[in-house]
Amino acid sequence: MSESLTDSRADAAPVISAAVPRTFGESFNNYRQRLSTGEIGSLPAVIGIVLLLAIFSVAQSGFLTLSSFVSILQESAPTITLAMGLVFVLLLGEIDLSAGVVGSTAACFGAILSVKHNLAWPIAILGAAAFGAVSGGLLGWLRARIGIPSFVVTLAAFISFQGAQILVIGSGSGEVAVSDKVILALDNGRLSPVWGWIYLVIGVGGYAAVKFVQVASRRRQGLAIEPSSVLFVRIAALAIGGAVFVYLCNVDQALDWQQREGIHIRGVPWVAPIIAGFLVILTFMLGKTRYGRHVYAVGGNDEAARRAGIPVRLIRTSVFVICSTMAAVSGLFLASQLNGVNTQEGGGNTLLLAVAAAVIGGTSLMGGRGRVVDAVLGGLALAILQYGMSDLIKGGNSAAYQYIITGIVLLLAAAVDALSRHSGRATS
Amino acid sequence: MSENEPILQLRGITKSFGPVSVLKGVDFEAHLGEVTALVGDNGAGKSTLVKCIGGTYSIDDGEYLFEGRQAKVGGPRDSAAMGIEIVYQDLALCDNLDIVQNMFLGREQISSVRTLDEPSMERLAGETLASLSVRTVKSVRQKVASLSGGQRQTVAIAKAVLWNSKVVILDEPTAALGVAQTAEVLRLVRNLADKGLAVILISHNMNDVLQVSDRIAALYLGQMAAQVKRSEVTHTQIVELITAGRSGNLGLPLATTLSTNGAAA
Repeated sequence: MSESLTDSRADAAPVISAAVPRTFGESFNNYRQRLSTGEIGSLPAVIGIVLLLAIFSVAQSGFLTLSSFVSILQESAPTITLAMGLVFVLLLGEIDLSAGVVGSTAACFGAILSVKHNLAWPIAILGAAAFGAVSGGLLGWLRARIGIPSFVVTLAAFISFQGAQILVIGSGSGEVAVSDKVILALDNGRLSPVWGWIYLVIGVGGYAAVKFVQVASRRRQGLAIEPSSVLFVRIAALAIGGAVFVYLCNVDQALDWQQREGIHIRGVPWVAPIIAGFLVILTFMLGKTRYGRHVYAVGGNDEAARRAGIPVRLIRTSVFVICSTMAAVSGLFLASQLNGVNTQEGGGNTLLLAVAAAVIGGTSLMGGRGRVVDAVLGGLALAILQYGMSDLIKGGNSAAYQYIITGIVLLLAAAVDALSRHSGRATS
Repeated sequence: MSENEPILQLRGITKSFGPVSVLKGVDFEAHLGEVTALVGDNGAGKSTLVKCIGGTYSIDDGEYLFEGRQAKVGGPRDSAAMGIEIVYQDLALCDNLDIVQNMFLGREQISSVRTLDEPSMERLAGETLASLSVRTVKSVRQKVASLSGGQRQTVAIAKAVLWNSKVVILDEPTAALGVAQTAEVLRLVRNLADKGLAVILISHNMNDVLQVSDRIAALYLGQMAAQVKRSEVTHTQIVELITAGRSGNLGLPLATTLSTNGAAA
């Protein structure tokens, strides 16, 4: 055979490794390069958060206070948890229009268990989550097995579940007030100052431990590793950021006379550790397990996934289960925020705000790209926008302007998504 | 199994789709350490034959021998379990995943705590690419979306090799590539055979076929016109085998080609 071809084996090629940056400057350059090839991730959301905070704090003197800081966090919780579940559905290029209503119906179910049947809060919460999971299983089955487009399946569910919600509540007044202290505290509760610090130490310690184990295991395989300075900066950033956050939350916001009476308004809101917990669990599922890898694969190229032996239909069904379960969590946050459930909850644009949150955070509507943290960042950006506008724009038409501006923000985020796809393709 | 015995041997394979008979008693064989080119005009039955080998299609009649033994191939999983990997023309890669993730897709390695074992997958992927003397890829953690056509082909081939496969079937690997990338992929094809694998190369490009193959099998309207050693034929003879089913004393008997020609016309 042609000798030049066989000879090329002689000069063996070096093992190709991952191009891991060796220095701090290289890591920064790497990041810049990723941005230029369209992998912008959450950058728009982060810039958006900083810009919005700057604009609102200049425009109104009372904006940047501790109490509004905590309120924004608490108000964003339902949107963020709903968006976290939607990320899974969006990763497959699907949509779940019913998540808001399904979540609220699940919360109504939980509220009925708690109020009318006097069941303990863990059972009420688990009941709501199970209601969500079963509903999601039905939606996923209709999409994956029967093959109805998810837009139609979930639009139908969006309408039907509004009726189901009325039936579940089943009272003439159309609302049920929740009295269980734990359910009410989900969105409104605060940790004691000490527990805020304890959770922070657990969080930072856990992050550092995981990172060190990862580095050790890469070193064992003889692979390139990140410089320890980058690792150190990451851990330090988390620790310092977290410490500032806990410290600010722990400052007593009660007025002087309240403090004299022994009333204190302080502590990290419950929503922070709950959302952080979901963030860790769901991120782990997507990034570190076989299941998560298969979700990305089906979202990227379902034919390739099918040929690789991945159970595509099962994966497609499962994301709807996760989405509706997270929707139930979101519904519980909303019920906690409003001190009860009613027949209107979860309708309107609850769902569209959550989709906006995921997309603003950097999750693609076309599937294949997105992370759970996108939901958190996008949800925070939206909450800041809404909270700021509600104070800034006053007068009869304030609601109208708020709708218009929120809609424009969603369009901008989707435009960024579409444009970044173009630039990503252009380089290949 | 002796040195000369083929690893894969098909005898008298027939396959019809309803009234249309696509394969009419095809014999075919592939040897370890050799590149066998499968050539033929459009509609000659190349893709059908490959899909029968891979188990996507079941064969109607005929013998399927693997490593000298009768093999029962009921689906793609069976052929993959025996060590047959097919790289289809569309490559079946996920653009949103990186090279390592694509190479291990569906067969991810799991650590002791049931998480993905990224470090060992990354090492194995890097070693496999190195064993194929691949130099064109910068990082194994590059997203496939950022790769050129030739690099994608390289990744798809490396993915097929990763699994200790014995037979690798490549469907038109150079069809969409430029000159330099074609040369790189052909070098890779030659490397595979030199590593001891049996390579089956489907191609329309005569230059590619003549450059890398050890044996050439020419299909003509669902029949194997001839399976010959590369050294025994010329460019013209192959073209005649493809277009007319015979060339001189090679190929199908005159009567057969005339009658099939007549039927086709």
